[in-house]
Amino acid sequence: MLTIKNLHAEVEGKKILKGINLEINKGETHAIMGPNGSGKSSLASVLAGRDNYTVTEGEVWFNGKNLLELSPEDRAREGVFLAFQYPVEIPGVSNLNFLKTALNEIRTYKGLPPLEAKEFLKLTKEKQQLVDFHSNLMNRSLNEGFSGGEKKRNEIFQLAMLDPQLAILDETDSGLDIDALRIVSNGVNKLRDAEKSFVVITHYQRLLEYIIPDFVHVLYNGRIIKTGTKELALELEERGYDWLKEELHLKESV
Amino acid sequence: MINSNEIIDDIANKEYEFGFSTDIEMDIAPPGLNEDIIRFISAKKNEPEWLLEWRLKGFAAFKKMEFPKWQHFEMPTLDLQALSYYAAPRKKKQLNSLDEVDPELLATFEKLGIPLNEQKALTGVAVDAVFDSVSVATTFKGKLKEMGVIFCSFGEAVQEHPDLVKKYLGSVVPHTDNIFAALNAAVFSDGSFVYIPKGVRCPMELSTYFRINAQNTGQFERTLIIADDNSYVSYLEGCTAPMRDENQLHAAVVELVALEQSEIKYSTVQNWYPGDKDGKGGIYNFVTKRGICKGTGSKISWTQVETGSAITWKYPSVILQGDYSEGEFYSVAVVRNKQIADTGTKIHHIGKGTKSRIISKGISAGHGDNSYRGLVAVGPRAENARNFTQCDSLLIGNQCGSHTFPYIESRNKTAMIEHEATTSKIGEDQIFYLNQRGIDSEKAVALIVNGYVKEVLNQLPMEFAVEAQKLLSITLEGSVG
Ligand SMILES: Nc1ncnc2c1ncn2[C@@H]1O[C@H](COP(=O)(O)OP(=O)(O)O)[C@@H](O)[C@H]1O
Ligand SMILES: [Mg+2]
Repeated sequence: MLTIKNLHAEVEGKKILKGINLEINKGETHAIMGPNGSGKSSLASVLAGRDNYTVTEGEVWFNGKNLLELSPEDRAREGVFLAFQYPVEIPGVSNLNFLKTALNEIRTYKGLPPLEAKEFLKLTKEKQQLVDFHSNLMNRSLNEGFSGGEKKRNEIFQLAMLDPQLAILDETDSGLDIDALRIVSNGVNKLRDAEKSFVVITHYQRLLEYIIPDFVHVLYNGRIIKTGTKELALELEERGYDWLKEELHLKESV
Repeated sequence: MINSNEIIDDIANKEYEFGFSTDIEMDIAPPGLNEDIIRFISAKKNEPEWLLEWRLKGFAAFKKMEFPKWQHFEMPTLDLQALSYYAAPRKKKQLNSLDEVDPELLATFEKLGIPLNEQKALTGVAVDAVFDSVSVATTFKGKLKEMGVIFCSFGEAVQEHPDLVKKYLGSVVPHTDNIFAALNAAVFSDGSFVYIPKGVRCPMELSTYFRINAQNTGQFERTLIIADDNSYVSYLEGCTAPMRDENQLHAAVVELVALEQSEIKYSTVQNWYPGDKDGKGGIYNFVTKRGICKGTGSKISWTQVETGSAITWKYPSVILQGDYSEGEFYSVAVVRNKQIADTGTKIHHIGKGTKSRIISKGISAGHGDNSYRGLVAVGPRAENARNFTQCDSLLIGNQCGSHTFPYIESRNKTAMIEHEATTSKIGEDQIFYLNQRGIDSEKAVALIVNGYVKEVLNQLPMEFAVEAQKLLSITLEGSVG
């Protein structure tokens, strides 16, 4: 579904991604871990099409389409969803109106008619329950004055509503207490199926106890330096990243 | 791939939708401002002597005045001698019904979405259509007449209801008020007149549609609305002009008089030609609008959506003379490209227990420059006067300007005056967030802007709120991409 080949990207003249290779198939869940500043959010931003990043080398293919040639909105309409690490607040735009607009834009792109008000509300109710999202947040302005946890739930709620093919969750666990973490993870797990893929960015393995990944990648200094299964996450939890960095330096100095 | 930096910076020049001109036979006076032209206008309109006298007094006042210097923009040079002060579509004889209006004119208004044919017209809205200097048609006159409502062109009111006109003309905006009001008094062409009798709730929206067509003319209408005791009226004006390279002056005067317990709601959707992206051409919209709440418990509410004009310069104001009277000002002013707006309101609290509410939403894009200027004055008699002012600015991009000049003068200790102001910016991260959910940049801006102006648009009559929302989207189209 998603193929990233030798992806290099920079922001404000600074090289951030330095040759990422990653293959994600339908139905798979990949975790990306790594110390702060290693480029995890940058990778998510480049995939979503944030324009302050310049891709200097490499390719990204999504369901046979050259993702890097698509506008951010078309990437979203094709089925790429990013749950932001820091969701923005948009005063004056109600959550409900925003979601209806987003959903119908995506439907129009796919050649579907807009959802009838009744169906839309039904869908909203159903998905709200999935992440225990308070219905009184629906009529509030988008994320305005939401707590950190409410913002993160809203991201996953939107994910449930928009039903993408590929969901990238950027540190969705940060800002969630243990109960909320369980609820949100359960919600995500219910959305998992053979057709959908997930990229879960985190630097705690805690989240991965709930959302069990098929693969774990370690991103360090703009590169994937190790790939393993869920056991790798546990190992990282115990030993930290330093041993990996040392391995890397050894390799590089040879 | 689209670059949202470019998106925000790049102000595309969306064509002005109403920029066509109408080819029609016109009577146009030669350019020049002098007593002769004033006498000519007055004679053409068959005016009584007292009105000519009043015009001449206006002209005398005008000659003694200078252009103001306090505004937050550079005053353009106006060659008032180069303008023609009278332009009217030529008609063969007195019109007796709508069927006799020049089909070319009907077609023009049709094209603007203002059908003058009563069958096609919006139900519940009566329209007075003003083309250049004269009113060409008023719809639903008969129906209104049954209730005693007078809704006609100013010229007609002078002929048919001279006592009312004489009593109230210049009673709110005197001919000495300011240089543009003085000029208007001298050369005003036509406009609308409304009188709502005692105890009548006007059964439909009254609306005037102004269209400037002729070249090198100024437009100087006068509107006078009187709501007698316990009456209510909602009135709306709209306007457009062809695209011309020269600037055109629009110096109108609007006077509102609200008597005991009456209410006047005055809404404006202003969409004069704004000039091109380099600031060439466009209307100078220098208008004096003022209402007086004369009666106890009366109310005047101004709502304006200002999207057009090269320069918008006006302060629709309310004098709260009657005890417990109320004034409101709701405004959305949008500038983009090189447009300038210096607008706001003045509220004079004179009677006791008077209340006012000011909600101003400025939106600046491109190189536009938007100023809110407002005065809240509380006189010594205005016990327990209340004012609430909310003044918000929304910026799109980095090159636009936004300024707030609130003035407060309180001479009564019991007055409570509240002022809140915010400035926000449509950020790239907000647009990107919406893009990431499948919403393109134009829709994203529209979504944010509509949310931002909702409180003001809610004040407009329904049909017009929808129109205004569309207009805002069109106006801001291209301001981010
Ligand atoms: N807009 C930006 N301008 C300059 N540097 C940036 C910008 N965004 C991110 N960076 C830098 O890119 C590197 C990677 O950041 P990020 O992708 O956020 O890491 P992570 O998500 O793994 O913590 C960091 O060194 C960060 O400072
Ligand atoms: Mg990050």
